[in-house]
Amino acid sequence: MKLKKNIAVSEAGLLFNPVTGESFSLNPIGIEILNLLRKEKSDEEIRSAILSRYNTDNPTFEKDYQDFIGILKHNHLLESHEETKA
Amino acid sequence: MKKPKLNIGVTGLNAIDSPGPGVSVIRALKEATSFDTRIIGLSYESLEPGIYMHDIVDRTYSIPYPTAGTDTLLERLEYIQEREKLDVIIPNFDAELFPFIKLERRLREMGVHMFLPTLHQFEERQKVNLNEFGKKYGISVPKSKVIYDLNAVHSLPAEFSFPMIVKGKFYDASIAYSIEQVKSYFNKISAKWGLPIIIQEFIHGTEFNVTGLGDGTGKTIAAVPMRKQYITDKGKAWGGISISDEKMLDMTRKFLRTTKWRGGFELELMKNKDGELYLLEINPRLPAWIYLAVGVGQNIPEALVNLAMGHKVKPFADYTVGKMFVRYSWDMIVDREEFEQISVYGEL
Repeated sequence: MKLKKNIAVSEAGLLFNPVTGESFSLNPIGIEILNLLRKEKSDEEIRSAILSRYNTDNPTFEKDYQDFIGILKHNHLLESHEETKA
Repeated sequence: MKKPKLNIGVTGLNAIDSPGPGVSVIRALKEATSFDTRIIGLSYESLEPGIYMHDIVDRTYSIPYPTAGTDTLLERLEYIQEREKLDVIIPNFDAELFPFIKLERRLREMGVHMFLPTLHQFEERQKVNLNEFGKKYGISVPKSKVIYDLNAVHSLPAEFSFPMIVKGKFYDASIAYSIEQVKSYFNKISAKWGLPIIIQEFIHGTEFNVTGLGDGTGKTIAAVPMRKQYITDKGKAWGGISISDEKMLDMTRKFLRTTKWRGGFELELMKNKDGELYLLEINPRLPAWIYLAVGVGQNIPEALVNLAMGHKVKPFADYTVGKMFVRYSWDMIVDREEFEQISVYGEL
């Protein structure tokens, strides 16, 4: 899972897609996950990072994480397989 | 080196809910680095706000509506030219472009320069010709049909699904969800702007605009795409942000390269959920949001004036992405005498 290179994220957690002009506001956990994605961490590495820092269980994390990734995909913020290959 | 001072006539000083580009164009000209300006406003109505903005408009003259014909307009412009020695005129309304294009040679002889599309370019991009335009230049446009008669409305459901867009030949567009609504908008829009009416396929998606400048040889001098962030009831952007969509810029460059467009323009685009771009309209003039282009590093009105004056203009290489414009309205306090002056004498 790779965040598109041109996506800008401010310290306050505002994500800006320069291609579409859309802005999204992220909560603190969202910012944290996004920063891990930017460092090209794997799903497994992100899971262990979040579970080690927060009092939550694996099924809850998994559900919320997949929801978050789904939103990023829906808004074309992740590089698709084809784009990654190109 | 001393900068030249140019006398520039500008129309479109109105600022109703569908504001004219004049005041934004003037702000851009005031920030020009290659020349100084004396701005002469050219107005159609006495309540156009630009008339009273004495800090940016030096003098205003009323001019006749395009319906009065080119001879009447020429006569008025000759009167203005005797007094003001205009170097350039920038017309900013679709409806006035035809007479100004017709008068371009005559005005040139009087010393007034313009940088307008050719009559062929102007006619070819008319809304009624959009289907053919798309086919000829290989640009995706929504399916559209021109109708002259209310009876033709009944055959539309066989060709278009609801909702569909009902458009006037110059201005106005409404989304119709039933035959009754199509009829109602047909009557309303044709009463205001005349016939024909254009029926257009509705494309679900996000609206974008691109403004820019073509030098008439196919070269792109300027291009700035913008996403509408805040849209009024009339579909006008009241807030927007500059973006960097390569597909949009490619379409713009293709439009300029293939048509050899001469002058300023605004492309109205729709992007559907699959990322496909459709060209909805080509406005043959600068848009009301042109000051955003200045804000991101492309002073398009300045470049347009330099092209009109016959100078070489280097294409802009880039612009700032993610810069926004947020429009506001501002109540000016005006002396009744000023209103009387422009209403009775046509000059202020």
